[in-house]
Amino acid sequence: MSATLTDLGIAFGRVAFVMLFVLNMGGLLTWVERKQSAVMQDRIGANRASIFGLRLFGLFHPLADAIKMLTKEDFLPARADRSLFTLAPLVSLVCALVAFAAIPFGDVLRVGAREVPLQAVTLNAGILYVFAMLSLGVYGVMMAGWASANNYALLGGQRAAALMISAEVAIGASIMGVAMVYGSLDMMEIIRGQGRPLFGWLAWIPAWGIVTQPLAFILFLTAGIAATKRIPFDLPEGESEIIGYFVEYSGMKFGMFMMADFVETVVIAGMTTALFLGGWQVPYLAADGFSFPWGATAPLAHLTVVTLQVLAFCLKVSLMCWFLMLVRWTLPRFRYDQAMRLGWLGLFPLSILNVAVTGLVLLAWRAP
Amino acid sequence: MNLVVFFVVAVVAVASALALVLRRNPIHGALFLVVNLGCVAVLYLLLSAEFLALAQVIIYAGAIMVLFVFAIMVLIPGKEETGPDPLRPQRLLALPLGAVLLLEIALILKSSVFQAAQPVAPPPALPAGAGGIETVGRLLLRDYLFPFEVTSVLLLAALVGVLALAKRKAG
Repeated sequence: MSATLTDLGIAFGRVAFVMLFVLNMGGLLTWVERKQSAVMQDRIGANRASIFGLRLFGLFHPLADAIKMLTKEDFLPARADRSLFTLAPLVSLVCALVAFAAIPFGDVLRVGAREVPLQAVTLNAGILYVFAMLSLGVYGVMMAGWASANNYALLGGQRAAALMISAEVAIGASIMGVAMVYGSLDMMEIIRGQGRPLFGWLAWIPAWGIVTQPLAFILFLTAGIAATKRIPFDLPEGESEIIGYFVEYSGMKFGMFMMADFVETVVIAGMTTALFLGGWQVPYLAADGFSFPWGATAPLAHLTVVTLQVLAFCLKVSLMCWFLMLVRWTLPRFRYDQAMRLGWLGLFPLSILNVAVTGLVLLAWRAP
Repeated sequence: MNLVVFFVVAVVAVASALALVLRRNPIHGALFLVVNLGCVAVLYLLLSAEFLALAQVIIYAGAIMVLFVFAIMVLIPGKEETGPDPLRPQRLLALPLGAVLLLEIALILKSSVFQAAQPVAPPPALPAGAGGIETVGRLLLRDYLFPFEVTSVLLLAALVGVLALAKRKAG
């Protein structure tokens, strides 16, 4: 009995870690968004929210946001479709939240006789799971646009659907190359594969996805930014001038859409980390400690290694989030037709080409 | 545990299928179909067909139904279908045809073919990774390569045919 209870506890802990990580990162990103844009534009940024005079560089602003959104009037347009209008933000947020579950945040942790994979859900085809959840997120946006009974919202929802479909096609096609190189759809296996050294005189470089699949990295990142619907691909919402799918939403329902965008940013950062930046791999860190290519070794305890790996994963995801923010505050918005052309005539053919070239190289590599 | 999940999912699947047929609102109908497809994916998962379940979600729920909903949003912006039902004469046929189908199902269930096909002993345990992507890939690209490729040609032909038809109508 106690064994099953322990197992349940471990499963709960794995899910809780991922859930808290994603939710907190999403919340923190609202602060990062304000502060980073302020630094980039030579401003001070939000710093007024305080608890007993304590300001902490504006870190209390996400709290203030939450209180504001929860106490606002929850407005329902007169001709709106009640059930769909309420369901839409939930669908958006839930799909974004559960997507992270298959992304591993560390290698297997050994406690006594148990082996705990540091991943909320172990799946044979983990990439496909994340991809499926991302593609289901479209429904929230489309339902919102349709249920609002507002033509501008409807048009926004259609722009969102078209953008997300074209982005997902490119995401799926660019992932294929990575799956081919590492020979698996299991994210854990792909990350383990990225721990191996490259060949020949390049053996001092770990075979991270960004080295073996540089084109796929650029394509995936571009399509990923498009899937989060943020600048430069914010044509569905256009928060500053064009009107988007959530124009009729207020209070926490609007907050959930905002949150879903931030969570999607975290998911894309997590996927980029797992597929292209070596996931939880630390360069030259094997299961029993560091072993550098010039011969030096530094043996480490199992727990230290795992902690280092989890920290490395968190650091990489944070760095990717920072980079996505940098992009968001640097580039202007694509026009609708430009985004479509980029997706279907740029990203998609290039990722198919990437798959073909990868296949040929792999065949030539393994032929002798 | 699996049995409980199965019954819950089965009830939701049947309910959503009924709602799909009975709702007048086309968007609601389409969304109920998405729910139904999701339920079927869970059933695949219970049969340890992991890859099939994910493919079901990605292709049917995530791509085809998105296009359905998109088309409904573009073409029927109102809440309900308007105008007279163009298929009204077919309603007369519905009842007798439904009765025939019910009779057929009853006959098949009673027939010896079906009863012989029912396993008496519990089915043997699946080998490890039976529903995994390696097995599916090996089956599709080695054992059933020819039908698989022919299917893709068929899909391509359908695609080109649709384009040709649409072009002619426009011109």
